[in-house]
Amino acid sequence: MIQLRHLLATADLDRASAVEVLDTAATMAATQARQIKKLPPLRGRTVVNLFFEDSTRTRISFETAAKRLSADVINFSPKGSSVSKGESLKDTVLTLGAMGTDAIVVRHAASGAPHRIAHSGWTNAAVVNAGDGTHEHPTQALLDAYTIRHHLAGGTGDLAGLSVVIVGDVLHSRVARSNVRLLETLGANVTLVAPPTLLPVGVETWPCAVSYDLDQAIDQIKPDALMMLRVQHERMSAAGGGYFPSPAEYQREYGLDVPRLGRLADAAIVLHPGPMNRGLEITSAAADGVRSVIVEQVANGVAVRMAVLYLALTGKEER
Amino acid sequence: MSQTRTVIVGVQVPDGTRCDIAIVGETIEAVTPTAKGPLPTEGPEATTTIDGTGLVALPGLVDLHTHLREPGGEDAETVLSGSRAAAAGGYTAVHAMANTFPVQDTAGVVEQVLRLGEAAGYVDVRPVGAVSVALGGERLAELAAMARSAAKVRVFSDDGMPVADPVLMRRALEYVKTFDGVVAQHAQEPRLTEGAMMHEGIVSASLGLTGWPAVAEESIIARDVLLAEHVRSRLHVCHVSTRGSVEILRWAKNRGIDVTAEVTPHHLALTDESVRGYDPRFKVNPPLRSPDDVTAVREALADGTIDVVATDHAPHPPEAKDCEWAQAAFGMTGLETALAVVNELMVQSGAMTWEDVARVMSYRPAVIGRVENHGRPIAAGEPANLTLFDPARRWTVQPDGLETASPNTPWAGRELTGKVLWTWLRGKPTVQEGKVIP
Ligand SMILES: [Zn+2]
Repeated sequence: MIQLRHLLATADLDRASAVEVLDTAATMAATQARQIKKLPPLRGRTVVNLFFEDSTRTRISFETAAKRLSADVINFSPKGSSVSKGESLKDTVLTLGAMGTDAIVVRHAASGAPHRIAHSGWTNAAVVNAGDGTHEHPTQALLDAYTIRHHLAGGTGDLAGLSVVIVGDVLHSRVARSNVRLLETLGANVTLVAPPTLLPVGVETWPCAVSYDLDQAIDQIKPDALMMLRVQHERMSAAGGGYFPSPAEYQREYGLDVPRLGRLADAAIVLHPGPMNRGLEITSAAADGVRSVIVEQVANGVAVRMAVLYLALTGKEER
Repeated sequence: MSQTRTVIVGVQVPDGTRCDIAIVGETIEAVTPTAKGPLPTEGPEATTTIDGTGLVALPGLVDLHTHLREPGGEDAETVLSGSRAAAAGGYTAVHAMANTFPVQDTAGVVEQVLRLGEAAGYVDVRPVGAVSVALGGERLAELAAMARSAAKVRVFSDDGMPVADPVLMRRALEYVKTFDGVVAQHAQEPRLTEGAMMHEGIVSASLGLTGWPAVAEESIIARDVLLAEHVRSRLHVCHVSTRGSVEILRWAKNRGIDVTAEVTPHHLALTDESVRGYDPRFKVNPPLRSPDDVTAVREALADGTIDVVATDHAPHPPEAKDCEWAQAAFGMTGLETALAVVNELMVQSGAMTWEDVARVMSYRPAVIGRVENHGRPIAAGEPANLTLFDPARRWTVQPDGLETASPNTPWAGRELTGKVLWTWLRGKPTVQEGKVIP
């Protein structure tokens, strides 16, 4: 069994360990079909959900995962985020260490904050990145890969040969960064589709293809999976008048509407990391249609996070 | 009381020859090729002899870009601790940047900094005057008052902030002509760098950190050299960091525009790859750039397109770096490591001679800053501002072992080659056998 010292980025996982996380998640998911869902392996261990940034969805998912494994869970949402002046990140982490924490699940608006917590000598706890700034969100990518594997690869092995198109605000998306790396590790062919304003300088070095044209991507690549990224409304009021001219134009160029939905292959699935902007990047017809696996992604999130916490915390000495 | 004479025997001077150098009082008494026999020993002086074998004598170094933080930032550095750091690095004069609290934007504040420097006594502290009131970028500070003050300010800069308004920049360039001043620009287009935290490129894309594009530096430099040409004034560009900037400077110099430029040791040495660990010691403004940019600034320093090495020594207290990247302050210290870095990268590699080092770290910065009695050749009758450097001595940088009051050196734990053993300010040792005089 692999051991995860930390999970900070999907680049930390090679193909074998990524597959093992997914296999472990499948085992966890099987237990969740039972009437009694709680398992004993993390009894006596303490998991802190350290959320500097609001995300009820992700926090509840991690909390559920930890509790199903019988861990003690502490939810801590410090006021002093990087915006307001509060206790420093270091002091917060030192405090948690003093309370005997085994794992810290971190959500932070600053890219790299989980990396700092893991590598600055502030704590011995395992650190799981629950989303850091515009950097990574590795458990989201794992649950996406799990969902794709379940539907398109028989629920086992890797994703070799599958094509995945990721559409939207790649520039600001930690989900996109994590997914590109993980899906490539698992053997899938990834294409990013976005207006050039929402692609980072340097994207040409990523292990994926890039296109500005969603219609062309749908018709030429015939994707097995289409992942729509959330477009935040504040992107329209950024410096220089925003990243695109109007929601209507964005919707026309990059939204998943009924005609585009209709041109997808029969077995193709539609993913979205949530929360969705219905009517902007995705229409309700797509979000609620037969291809949509969006609700399933949420359920799979618990199984994947159980697997990550299990692999990070079992088989190790007490910290 | 009789004067003492100090004789450095068998030391290499910048032109490559081995000489004996005699210092009497505040002056270099004689410089004689070593083979030519003993230096004069007549007269009442008691003589101290220093074995210069294997060492290089350089004119006292002059830094055009130092943040001494006092007044207002004494938790990071004081004029005294920064002056000691400068002496330890082989400097005899430093330009103290204007972004203090209060800002060095009046005759009163620049004179205060001058006096603090005199009281410390380790280096000549030359205050830089702010271009705009409170670095606000809106209207000119009283530049003439600072120029006419006891501090005799000649270098004006809003460093930390760019002079972004092209009209204000034009006015500043015109106005400083009155007293032979120079405007030192921190070239950063503010709108292109909102929220910017590192060089925009492959690494920023992967780390998810907001990018600071090269064009934000280059567009300001392009604008400023054209303004300097238009109003026939003197421009200095701080901390040049990109290939594009180098190409613009080369073009401007070929055209005869009166522009000079500096590069920092860290932009010569480090790339944005250093940021991958999110360690804020590598957070600096302008940011560490791509390997290609590093190659370009090294070539430009060697060929003279970039005139000088300036440290941009920017001390910060521990808590300003012991945090997440986004929260951390920009800047790194550099006074005590600059010469070793230049030695390793430029001299040991064969790209530059010691004469070139003297040029980029002493002669030219003194000329640009109009610093009298510094940056002079090592010759009889010149002021005895000297540094003695061992280019082979290896040492491991430990923040606790440095004179600067702040720990934010990018070289912590790393071995550097080359150490300053002696520094003299007007004939008085400030560093003796590798130790700063108490
Ligand atoms: Zn600057």
